[in-house]
Amino acid sequence: MPASTAEPTASASQASSESLPSGKPPFESWGRYPKYNARLVQLHWQSDFPSILAGSHEYVLPVGMGRSYGDVCLLKDGVLLQTTGMNRLLDFDPRTGILTAESGATLAQILDFAVPRGFFLPVTPGTKYVTLGGAIANDIHGKNHEAAGSFGNHVPCFEIVRSDGTRILCSPRDNAEWFQATIGGMGLTGLITWAQLRLKPIVSRGIDYEGIQYHGIDEFLELKQRYKNVEYTVSWVDCVSTGKNFARGIFMLGEHSRVPGELKPSPEPRLIFPMDAPGFALNRTSMSAFNAVIFHKQRKPHVRLVQDYEPFFYPLDSVLHWNRMYGRNGLVQFQYVIPWEGAKEGTIAILRAIANSGLASFLAVLKAFGDIPSLGMMSFPRPGIMLALDFPIKPGVTMQLLERLGDMTLDYGGRLYPAKDAAMTPRQFQSFYPNWERFARFRDPMITSSFWERVTDTNGVKPTV
Amino acid sequence: MTLSAFDPQPARSAATEPVHHHNVSPSARVTRKILVLGATSGIAEAVCRIWASQGAQLFLVARNAEKLAAVAADLKTRGAAYVGTAVADLDDTAKHSELLSHAINSLTGMDIALLAHGVLGEQPRAEQDFHHAAQILHTNFVAPVSLLTWLSNYCVQRRSGVLAVISSVAGDRGRKSNYLYGSSKAGLSAFLAGLRNRIDREGVTVMTIKPGPVKTAMTAGMKGSEKFADVNKVAQSIVAAIDKRVDTLYVPFQWAPIMWVVRSIPERFFKKLNL
Repeated sequence: MPASTAEPTASASQASSESLPSGKPPFESWGRYPKYNARLVQLHWQSDFPSILAGSHEYVLPVGMGRSYGDVCLLKDGVLLQTTGMNRLLDFDPRTGILTAESGATLAQILDFAVPRGFFLPVTPGTKYVTLGGAIANDIHGKNHEAAGSFGNHVPCFEIVRSDGTRILCSPRDNAEWFQATIGGMGLTGLITWAQLRLKPIVSRGIDYEGIQYHGIDEFLELKQRYKNVEYTVSWVDCVSTGKNFARGIFMLGEHSRVPGELKPSPEPRLIFPMDAPGFALNRTSMSAFNAVIFHKQRKPHVRLVQDYEPFFYPLDSVLHWNRMYGRNGLVQFQYVIPWEGAKEGTIAILRAIANSGLASFLAVLKAFGDIPSLGMMSFPRPGIMLALDFPIKPGVTMQLLERLGDMTLDYGGRLYPAKDAAMTPRQFQSFYPNWERFARFRDPMITSSFWERVTDTNGVKPTV
Repeated sequence: MTLSAFDPQPARSAATEPVHHHNVSPSARVTRKILVLGATSGIAEAVCRIWASQGAQLFLVARNAEKLAAVAADLKTRGAAYVGTAVADLDDTAKHSELLSHAINSLTGMDIALLAHGVLGEQPRAEQDFHHAAQILHTNFVAPVSLLTWLSNYCVQRRSGVLAVISSVAGDRGRKSNYLYGSSKAGLSAFLAGLRNRIDREGVTVMTIKPGPVKTAMTAGMKGSEKFADVNKVAQSIVAAIDKRVDTLYVPFQWAPIMWVVRSIPERFFKKLNL
């Protein structure tokens, strides 16, 4: 193992021995698990890092909106550098669609700017409340992976600043290895100060939408094949039902409407999930009922309509803090991709294990990844089937299930997504990402995350609940 | 002082433009010419983003060239019709007339000036070190008086204009936790009230903006700062109040009744409070 990965643990723990006060930690990830104390420092200017640390030797981690689910955006007892105050739009060229922005600009802010000008994000995840820097650092993907690849494929260049103050301009031509290490590099290679993003033209906010019910993985694969030329495809899958309803779902297709429409900015969300739901709210009965409602909400097996892009891409963004639904213990996500060789068999086996566990909830997504290679050394997407779903944290149960599902993923040749993870073991991580030691050479010596500390820990310590 | 203009050929249409006396109509917004002093302050930047998206012409003054360039690029990108900049230390009152005349020449006129520069200072240090206290008073009170003297005379001659100045709720009553900052802002508020009394009748609006604590770089790391007001909401209120030519704006609005209460507590009780 390269030296740079060996040193951080000792002083990260000495940095602060204060235990987490009973109240809220200063910064939570979207899954609200695990909860760690840290010092939160706001960055407002590109020149703030590293000078804002004033020679302190604490470990740091750049973070954005905290929408990754597990601990890639956490650093226990360290310093979190939140970039959201660094959100200036530095340049936009309507001829090329290239926007240059500081890394703390959110995709929501970029949409507010771009949509009225007739442009849209080249790739968008299921929430617009993520920063540009975070989208690069996790090389996020969207419903158009088959047509567009992942986010990093649309980033012509960016700058990172290292903790020693060195600035590195990264593009496929300049410092290409730093470019590859930083895309999907989980923020560990340095602070991304600004980046360019190639936006794409649209003529309407509307999405021509189709929803098609399916039963089982074969039908899913058939639909995927039939609609392989449609830009956006995704499916919701029922992970609770067994028997004849096993792996039923709704296959969703969308394309930007070609009929010119009004390009006004989106309204502010009005609904807020007001407080933590009690622990008993999510159980097998309520989840079965919920899944049946989602499946049958679409009355006919096949519907077509024109939908605004907000509910199509960001159905959950309309309720702020929806993660409180999982109560104060929080949730974990499980997201794999399995390459085509083992994709069908693996997906059926894992869906069966999930349904039998009785732990699944209702937010499950099944989708195919296309063949466009991601540019990052540590990027998650690869051709195959991707499944993502949430589990409520149940002490003594959830983590054990996740370790088993991780091992099954490994057996079928797949891998898990660090941005969603709070559970993969060092052994699993190092098999999923055989490049990790090469990547580690690009990590900034002062930057680390709780995720990185966990999955590179060779003592084999497992996370526990 | 470094002077630069982002757009070397701004729309120079002063001759054909109607002169606005009182209310600025919404259709006139696109042509508004706005001078912003302390343009890299969190509140000023948020206000400027709204003006930029309305297509205003802006001239920005700030001390730090790198930060100013980032703010200017952002405002240009968001749709400002013109963005001129000057790097200047506004503490240097001797250079004010040169700076202001250059800014107004670049804008070919001025409809609104926003004064947003200021320092919080360090209260405990100011209690021991008069030089630090004097510095706070200079930056927050003396320098704005110099700027406003020049600007008010310019506006009075044209019989139009809005001078919007960021003071603070802290100026409404001295408290032990920040009375140096507070007294500098109290002086500023009193100056603005007097100036308004003199020149409002000349067609010039003098607006005193009194923000409560706002989440910006200036207040980052302060106790309870996560509960401070959102800077973009504050900016929306300021833009709307300038359009309506309000005399005094407490923002967020709850601070008006809060400060009324704070001002009405009898001194013999007030002096014993820990505020």
